[in-house]
Amino acid sequence: MSAPETTVEAATDEAVRRRENSAVLRIGEDDGERLEAESSASDTSMIMNMGPQHPSTHGVLRLMLEMEGETVMRSKPVIGYLHTGMEKTAETLTYLQGPTNVTRMDYAAPLFSELAFSMATEALLGLELPPRATWIRMLMCELNRISSHLLFQATNGMDIGAVSMMLYGWREREEALRLLETITGLRMNHNYIRPGGVAADLPDGWRDEVLTLIDALPARLKEFDTLLTGQPIYRERLQGVGVINTAECLALGVTGPILRSTGYAWDLRRDMPYLAYDEVDFDVVVGTYGDCFDRYAIRLNEIRESIRILAQILDQMPSGDYRVQDKKVTPPPRARIDESMEALIHHFKIFTEGFKVPAGEVYAAVESPRGELGCYMVSDGSAVPYRMHIRGPSFVNLQTLPHLMRGGMVADAVAIISSVDPIMGEVDR
Amino acid sequence: MSDIVETPVLHVSRDQLIETVAGLRDDGYVSALDVTAVDYLEHPGRSDLPPEVEPERFELVVTLISHTTPGRIRLRVQVPADDPTVPTLFDLFPGTEALEREVADMYGIVFEGHPDPTRILMPPDWEGHPLRKDFAVGRIPVQFKATR
Repeated sequence: MSAPETTVEAATDEAVRRRENSAVLRIGEDDGERLEAESSASDTSMIMNMGPQHPSTHGVLRLMLEMEGETVMRSKPVIGYLHTGMEKTAETLTYLQGPTNVTRMDYAAPLFSELAFSMATEALLGLELPPRATWIRMLMCELNRISSHLLFQATNGMDIGAVSMMLYGWREREEALRLLETITGLRMNHNYIRPGGVAADLPDGWRDEVLTLIDALPARLKEFDTLLTGQPIYRERLQGVGVINTAECLALGVTGPILRSTGYAWDLRRDMPYLAYDEVDFDVVVGTYGDCFDRYAIRLNEIRESIRILAQILDQMPSGDYRVQDKKVTPPPRARIDESMEALIHHFKIFTEGFKVPAGEVYAAVESPRGELGCYMVSDGSAVPYRMHIRGPSFVNLQTLPHLMRGGMVADAVAIISSVDPIMGEVDR
Repeated sequence: MSDIVETPVLHVSRDQLIETVAGLRDDGYVSALDVTAVDYLEHPGRSDLPPEVEPERFELVVTLISHTTPGRIRLRVQVPADDPTVPTLFDLFPGTEALEREVADMYGIVFEGHPDPTRILMPPDWEGHPLRKDFAVGRIPVQFKATR
């Protein structure tokens, strides 16, 4: 067992570990007050709680900050306030009910959790999707990526103090959500992507509505640029704040815009393509300095890349089935139920008993707006998953907070939380 | 589905875990994506284990990713119920800290050498490990003692 110490220690990792030891405050959730009471008068540091109910914590995130005056020294994110045991619940829901559960995890980008869950189930079933289903999924995911990044623009602006940005970001996001509502029936928690395809075909006129959105957005993004990107106060608040490098990101398991902000081009859509991403043309946006400003700029430009992808999807959308024609997985069409007793029984059985999935285990991952969102699924051959685990990008990315915050001001901490863009529903699950 | 690349699976024992992960890291597996566990207590029949692997109640599942030749690898480690301990991967991949805390919280698997072995999702005074198969859904009617 002595081998690992001697062979694998690269210099960069040493640096990571040193920082790891000094940036993270490793005390129990209830120990803050006790330590505070025991500390001597000469000890100038204090432990301060931020959250869980704080406007800038994006939900219920609590931070224990060790302060030296106004400077943040070590810190620890305390989570679990939104934990509702969704992975336990998943073990009681059939594969067809599963997406309703996972869609509530990352509520700003629900379609990605549905997609990962469905891809895992389909891998166990050995299903091959019809091309139209694949392209509809891609269309929906890119629309969702836009709405999620617009939400980031809104909240990031608000956290920094550019409150008007919140109105603009929210306005644009609402346009995207309205389109999602037209297609799926719901603004959020869509339950649209299901094992075997999608819930319904695209409605009449969807093409015009998507076109309207992607025609209007570039001009609005230009407004964002005017309002924020070139604005000296805004840049002052973000540039050089919360810096992280590639080695640290990889060691911490960080994915998504935070990893890309360090200049490291890693995007599952390009590097390990799923759906039909190898058939569309887009750029992976990377930053240079790994600071808050880079993370802001990456998300802004990823909206532009998504618009590019959407335009190609509009051109290439194939016709055909929107779900597999496998009677075991696919319920009969609604119209058939009125005229056929067998169809009614079939419908009833699929929605009450579900369908059996062959035993096995699988990991399927997609590039969500926050990074790699994976679904690890174990089946025992019954109609409910034996184990369903979601690898949430926010959960892992949250570990960067102590490293990003160390040595900064409390006001920087607010900007940093915002730039990590955690969704607490997915962190706590 | 054709677009999911089959992830290669390695079955390693607890003693070999650190060594194997360290070796994989040298081979270009730059990041530890996921650490999770499965409780096989109620599984009707496990047929996917190679014959030389002795099935145990718990299984630790570690997913690593390589970027140079894009691909993941999955390590499955059998963990017995009467001694649920595993060495921590923190020294190799500090990013496993929160993931290991979650596994410890949900399954009661102890990670030896973990820098912060506290509960992460459940309250600190919680009894039991919710994702174990013998922990029923809704077993505890009043969840937080302070509210009683």
